[in-house]
Amino acid sequence: MKINKIMNEMSDLLSDVFDGATIMIGGFGEAGSPIELLHGLIDNGAKNLTIIANNAGNGRVGLGALIGQNQVKKVICSFARSAKGITFPELYAKGKIELEVVPQGTLAERIRAAGAGIPGFYTATGVGTPLAEGKEEKLFNGKKYILENALHADFAFVKADVADRYGNLTYNKTARNFNPIMCMAAKQSIVQVRNIIDPKDTDPEQVVTPGIFVNRIIKIENPIIESKAIAEGAVYP
Amino acid sequence: MKKIIALEIISGWDRNTIASKIAKDLPHGSYVNLGIGMPELVSQYIEGGREIVYHSENGLLGMGPPPQENEIDLDLINAGKKPVTILPGGSFCHHADSFSMIRGGHIDYCVLGAMEVSIKGDLANWSTGTGIPAVGGAMDLVAGSKHVFVMTQHLTKEGEPKLVKQCSLPLTGASVVSRIYSDYATLDITDKGFKVLELNENITLDYLQMVTDGNVYQ
Repeated sequence: MKINKIMNEMSDLLSDVFDGATIMIGGFGEAGSPIELLHGLIDNGAKNLTIIANNAGNGRVGLGALIGQNQVKKVICSFARSAKGITFPELYAKGKIELEVVPQGTLAERIRAAGAGIPGFYTATGVGTPLAEGKEEKLFNGKKYILENALHADFAFVKADVADRYGNLTYNKTARNFNPIMCMAAKQSIVQVRNIIDPKDTDPEQVVTPGIFVNRIIKIENPIIESKAIAEGAVYP
Repeated sequence: MKKIIALEIISGWDRNTIASKIAKDLPHGSYVNLGIGMPELVSQYIEGGREIVYHSENGLLGMGPPPQENEIDLDLINAGKKPVTILPGGSFCHHADSFSMIRGGHIDYCVLGAMEVSIKGDLANWSTGTGIPAVGGAMDLVAGSKHVFVMTQHLTKEGEPKLVKQCSLPLTGASVVSRIYSDYATLDITDKGFKVLELNENITLDYLQMVTDGNVYQ
C-alpha cells in the first residue's frame, strides 16, 4: 500500500475538527490564506475555536466569514486591525471575542518552537512594553529578555502551491509566510494546494515543507482571490 | 508630562527631503527594513552607485519597486500587503526565518514612524491606547535591528512635541532609537539629550528647543 495524504472531499478532510479546537491559519493578509479550508470549517460548524493567525480576517470571506459566524472565541495574532476588517472589529467592540496580541516575530518563533519541541525561549522583543507584563524576565550578558512559550495547535490550515502524495510542499512567493511553521506546530496539518504532482517530479532540493509535517491534502485548483471576492461583495456562506 | 504647544507651526522639510536625508546615511551593502508609510519613500533616494538590499518581514529579501499594473501578483506583497517586485539576487523565506533576520541582529537599519520618541530612545508607535491593539512586527524590528532610525514630523497635528522626556503612550521598545529624522532637524539620541546633527534652515535652535520636550544641543 502506498502512502497517500490526498483527500477529495472537504467534509472528510475536516470531519474531526471539534468544538474548542485551537487552529492555526496560515497566510499574511490574503497571500497564502486557505480560504476554501476556512469555508469548509464554516460548513463543519465547530464552535468556540481559538484561532492563531497573523491577522483577523477581511470582509465576509475566509477568516472574516468564520469569525462572522460566531465560531471563534479567541484570536491570537499580531495585527487584528485592517482597513477591510468587518467581523472581528464588530465582535471585539461588543466584547464577544477575545484577543491576544503577539509581536509578529514572537508569534512566528512561538509557532516554530512548538514544531521544534522547544517549550519556551527568551527574547528581547517586547521588553519594557505592555506586552511584557506578567512574563518572566532574565538577564543574559547584562541585557534583559522575557520568556515566551511555544504555541501549539490541534490543527493547522495551510495553503501551499504544489504537493505530492507524501505531503512535500512548495509555496508561491510571499504566500509562504506562516504556512511552513504552522505545518510543523500542529498535531494535524491540513493543506490546500493548487496542484498535485507525481513524487517522481518532486525536486528534493526545492521542497520547502517535507512531507513528515503534513497530514492531509486537498486540491483546490482555482482558489478564491480574497481581495477580488471582497470587492465584489462576496459573503460566505 | 509638560505639554508644550507650538504657537506658530513653522513648515520644515517635506517628507521627500527627509527621505533623501535618510537615504544618504544608509551605507552601500546594507540590509534595510523600511516601515510602512512615509519610510517607504527612502528607497527612491539611494544615489551614488550604492546597492541596498531591502527586507520585507513577510518573507522577502531583495524587495524591488511596485509592479506595473499588468505585472501585479497578489502572492508577491510587502509587509503593508501591497504588491511589490523581487529583484535579481532576492529570495523568499518563511516567517520564522524572516524574523530571525530581524531578531538575530542581521538587519543593519530599520526606518520607522513614531507617535513619540523619548530622550532615552524609547519609541511609541503602535498603540494610542484605544481601539483594537495591533503591533505587527514593530517590536521585533526595534529590538533586533542594529540601528533604529525614526522618520517623523517634529510635532503632532495639534502642535505638541513628539520628542519628549518620557513617552505617555504604550512603548514599542525601550532605549532602542538611535537617530531621529524630523522635518525640523536630524537628531541623535545621546546621554546629554537630543543632539542636533542638522537643523532646517527655517528653524533656530531656540525654536527647536521650544517645541521639543527635553534637552536639545548642538
